[in-house]
Amino acid sequence: MGEKEFLISNNIILTSLTKMTNWARRSSIWPMTFGLACCAIEMMATSAAHHDIARFGSEVFRGSPRQSDLMIVAGRVSRKMAPVLRQLYDQMAEPKWVIAMGACASCGGVFKNYAVVQGVDEIVPVDVYIPGCPPRPEILLQGIMKLQAKIDKEKLRI
Amino acid sequence: MNNLIEKIKEKCSNKIVDIQICKNNIILLIKPEDIVMACRILHDDEDLAYDYISCISGVDYLGKEPRFMMVYHIYSMKNKNRLTINVNVPENYSVPSVSSIWTGANWFEREIFDMYGIKFSGHPDLKRILMPDDWKGYPLRKDYPLEGYIPAKWTKQDRPW
Amino acid sequence: MVNTEIKKETMILNMGPQHPSTHGVLRLVLELDGETVINATPVIGYLHTGMEKTVESERYIQAITIVDRMDYLSCFFNELGYILAVEDLLNIEVPERVKFMRVILCELQRIASHLVWLGTHALELGAMSVMLYTFRERELILELFEMCSGYRMNSSYMRVGGFYLDFPKGFIDRVKDFIDIFPSKINEYETLLTKNVIWKERTVGLGILSAEDAINFGVSGPTLRASGVKWDIRMAHPYSGYEFFEFEVPVGKHGDVYDRYLVRMEEMRQSIRIISQAVENLPEGSVSINNPDIILPSKKDAQIGMEEMIHHFKIVSDGFSVPQGSTYIAVESPRGELGFYLVSDGGNKPYRLKVRTPSFANLQALPLMLKGIMISDVVAVIASTDIVLGDVDR
Repeated sequence: MGEKEFLISNNIILTSLTKMTNWARRSSIWPMTFGLACCAIEMMATSAAHHDIARFGSEVFRGSPRQSDLMIVAGRVSRKMAPVLRQLYDQMAEPKWVIAMGACASCGGVFKNYAVVQGVDEIVPVDVYIPGCPPRPEILLQGIMKLQAKIDKEKLRI
Repeated sequence: MNNLIEKIKEKCSNKIVDIQICKNNIILLIKPEDIVMACRILHDDEDLAYDYISCISGVDYLGKEPRFMMVYHIYSMKNKNRLTINVNVPENYSVPSVSSIWTGANWFEREIFDMYGIKFSGHPDLKRILMPDDWKGYPLRKDYPLEGYIPAKWTKQDRPW
Repeated sequence: MVNTEIKKETMILNMGPQHPSTHGVLRLVLELDGETVINATPVIGYLHTGMEKTVESERYIQAITIVDRMDYLSCFFNELGYILAVEDLLNIEVPERVKFMRVILCELQRIASHLVWLGTHALELGAMSVMLYTFRERELILELFEMCSGYRMNSSYMRVGGFYLDFPKGFIDRVKDFIDIFPSKINEYETLLTKNVIWKERTVGLGILSAEDAINFGVSGPTLRASGVKWDIRMAHPYSGYEFFEFEVPVGKHGDVYDRYLVRMEEMRQSIRIISQAVENLPEGSVSINNPDIILPSKKDAQIGMEEMIHHFKIVSDGFSVPQGSTYIAVESPRGELGFYLVSDGGNKPYRLKVRTPSFANLQALPLMLKGIMISDVVAVIASTDIVLGDVDR
């Protein structure tokens, strides 16, 4: 019996630790229910039956930041909300990712005024920006796939 | 319509400065010190019965004197009609609060305080409602810049991470 | 010896602004005695967007995009209220077809909004499956919106003086298809909830709001009607052609969470009734007024004709002026009285736009409803008032 046959017959797979960890991480990204405005409704629509975010392993929306890997900032962030958002981000356990969903979270959108933070990247580091006002569920799904592709390339963080 | 105006005139004639009719809307002009008395009559009177507060808005006429105008939109559930009360408010004047008449006026007045800095005397809980408590300035004033005193930045040099 | 003396000490519990059941970013400061709520103080402003200030620096036509995003669950109502206010100052009477089209869109939006409310309300009380059903039908409505305006939410489809484009071909047929299937779907939701013992246990007799209190607090919409006050602006002061349609205004008796649920369920049926009447009697004709100062020329004309090109450029770059004056227009949004107080100084930008949003007034009455109930029921009461925080904070 050759080495290859031995591994296959005994259900053993050889891979690098990085690859395996990234595979595990990317396949079940748990988002936090962090709905702010219009985009939150599209986020709900994404998780509902028609678009079904569960196909990408992200259907487990968690209320607690301690249990979630991904913060989808869905909507405009006001100056009053900004410290809360930062605190929630700090409470999340590593590894953690942030998606800025929609124009308001990405750059302030149509609201360039005194109340709205001009892009959530002023407060937290953002991995994926999704355009649209609000983005369609398909784009949110693509954003999550982009994030998965990004996670695949990550080096192992210990 | 005319009956109603007659009735309002009869009930609180000494409080009203001016009555206008504009597209089926009756607009009263009342002095700020009389507002509570007038509203009390309009609310308690059995024929008028303005028991529902729709809205209180503030308007800033910068450059005019008096500077601010407060607009009360009240409604009678019994007669199904609307009444508008305009009140001209000078700067640094404390308007008597109508929250003792309609409880719902409480937050509307707080919002005006938050946005225009108009103070209300006799208000149970006068503090900022929409903006953070330590906010400086009153955003809806015409001399307040749209982007605030500290303009929002597109990029920040001193990022927290 | 065991100390049996009862300690009277209250606890302050902070709920939100990030909480899965606060319909956005509402923050409630609850004072608790054991598990009973003694006092609740809503803290709002976490979604304050400064829209009223922004609108003052936008032209009248641009402001439609801003008001759209205020109450994001019922954007057509925001558009309609704002546009009616501008039209009132301009003294415009729109064609009948426009009125009917606006009614069709608004009532579809009302159903869509109530479906989100129903889904989240049930979800918060632990019935996950209802949300999956309601969002299924909501997608059908959003597809209709996408068909006519090109976008699912915040569509900016209505314009001052009518519409830019008519309904596309086949739109009315799809609306008819929707009317045919939807009543059976409402029955489906009702089989899941109306007589469900768990549902009734958690909603009947909870969060009672009396009629006097509701009026005193300025509460409107289904929350007011569940308390037994038959007041609907569509009926009391018809706007945009609501006087042409027959419908009933459902009223509750007790003003509890269950009655609010029943009122909204019946409202969806009435909306279907209005839509079917509007679709049957939809008049033919133009979809906008004949006023080249306000209405954009059609794209085809603007690409060929010099005059139209200039017109197009002028309206887009400079807007139109609105005569001096002020007006207050109220429409019945899914949450209640949505009022627009518009002041014009004669220029091409609004001098002041104050929006009286229904959720803002309804939220004020929340502490009254929460007083004396158990902490686990707080989410049920919040959900039953159907507040949208974008609507509260603007």
